[in-house]
Amino acid sequence: MKSRYSIFSLMRNALSYHEKWPEAWRSPEPKSSYDVVIVGGGGHGLATAYYLAKVHGIRNVAVIERGWLGGGNTGRNTTIVRSNYLWDESAGLYEHAMKLWEGLSQELNYNVMFSQRGVMNLAHNQQDLRDIARRVNANRLNGIDSEFLTPHQIKDLVPIIDLRGNGRYPVLGASNQRRGGTARHDAVAWGYARRADEHGVDIIQECPVNGFEIENGKVTGVQTAKGLIKAKKVGVVVAGHSSVTAEMAGIRLPLVSHPLQALVSEPVKPVIDTVVMSNAIHAYISQSDKGELVIGAGVDKYVGYGQRGSLPVTEETLAAVCELFPSLKRMRMMRQWGGIVDTCPDASPIISKTPVDGFFINCGWGTGGFKATPGSGWVFADTIANDRPHPLNEAFSLERFNSGYLVDEHGAAAVAH
Amino acid sequence: MLEINCPYCGPRFETEFSYGGEAHIERPKDSENLSDEEWGEYVFMNSNTKGVFLERWVHTSGCRRWFNVARDTVSYKILAVYETGTEPPELDLRKDV
Repeated sequence: MKSRYSIFSLMRNALSYHEKWPEAWRSPEPKSSYDVVIVGGGGHGLATAYYLAKVHGIRNVAVIERGWLGGGNTGRNTTIVRSNYLWDESAGLYEHAMKLWEGLSQELNYNVMFSQRGVMNLAHNQQDLRDIARRVNANRLNGIDSEFLTPHQIKDLVPIIDLRGNGRYPVLGASNQRRGGTARHDAVAWGYARRADEHGVDIIQECPVNGFEIENGKVTGVQTAKGLIKAKKVGVVVAGHSSVTAEMAGIRLPLVSHPLQALVSEPVKPVIDTVVMSNAIHAYISQSDKGELVIGAGVDKYVGYGQRGSLPVTEETLAAVCELFPSLKRMRMMRQWGGIVDTCPDASPIISKTPVDGFFINCGWGTGGFKATPGSGWVFADTIANDRPHPLNEAFSLERFNSGYLVDEHGAAAVAH
Repeated sequence: MLEINCPYCGPRFETEFSYGGEAHIERPKDSENLSDEEWGEYVFMNSNTKGVFLERWVHTSGCRRWFNVARDTVSYKILAVYETGTEPPELDLRKDV
């Protein structure tokens, strides 16, 4: 067991000018075989490995990452956490994640800076209002905190908002989930990595996967840049590259990969202490602890793997932000980036067994996977360990695209696609 | 911003166009005899290629006509534009991993 992070370890290390902190996880060479190999070292993959080791006692596990930990969508999202989804199936999954978030810093002994500052979804027209009212009621029936806000209540919580939306995007109401909020995205990957490593999981970075060994319809190994790694089971959690990776195993997926953009402004004093999202006009905004406004933009409509987006998308988002928050018009943007999101036809994830024995896939989180990181890892680990879906992810099988049992969450997903 | 060379109107900005997804997907002819798996394949499954992708675009704010584009989904470079219903030109249909 590594030393715990605590006020005492902080003081002890202060005496050596913080130069003697031990490494948070090892960087081992891969062994020749593992019980489970997880492909993809983002938050979801690392969480899967951690829960495999901790909950299911499967410690002979490797996480293989082509780049560096959390360098994909884990480090590129806008850090928003909420669970106010419409359908019972999604409510179960996302609310399970929310409950894990609430104890995550203690569980991981790593401060993920989970801040339940509330998440608000604005309504700009009568139909938005009806949809929001329906979703608030559905949430409450599922035991998820959710409330309806009138324009005056919105103004109380977010003084800089212009309720007239400059005449263009009038604010008629909002849904609000007070338990929602933000978390430090990198810390989630690092915290899970450190704890998984502590439980014996090998984390192997800079190791792209080139193919899978499949014999008689059963997976037996993973071909990587560091040679063949034998595996009894393989879990693939690679977000934007899911289709590409699954094709190596001869599996076709219903995904479309789009670039999704985000940007941050120069840091300013606190102006907004909650998260405001507007699905209809693609503006959502929160303020980081450093003072930067974190703004989520939309997806490019075309298939793209370039991890960058095109200008019209950011332009549209910023135009909407300026209409809703006129006082931000003179803000300057510091950074802008894109991540590749694997959007699914029903805006719900796929956490499933596949036609290949021992080969599991967790993908299709699209534009909103970060919020589900702990829950996604938890149910995926359970699915892999027991070779059957957990009740919470039974509805999210690959099979649903044949049966037609889709879980349509386009209304609850923040970014239209 | 992509500059797309509409075969009917010439080069225009991306914002004038709408995207139609993967090209050359044929609707199954004997639809009454299809299994659920075959329907699922036709309706939902997608090549989602990393590399050279054949896709459909429509010039929404222009001539409103559909056409096909061969585009590199990593560099976003447009390699060819060709009319709907015609075969794609000879291209190296590269796939990246």
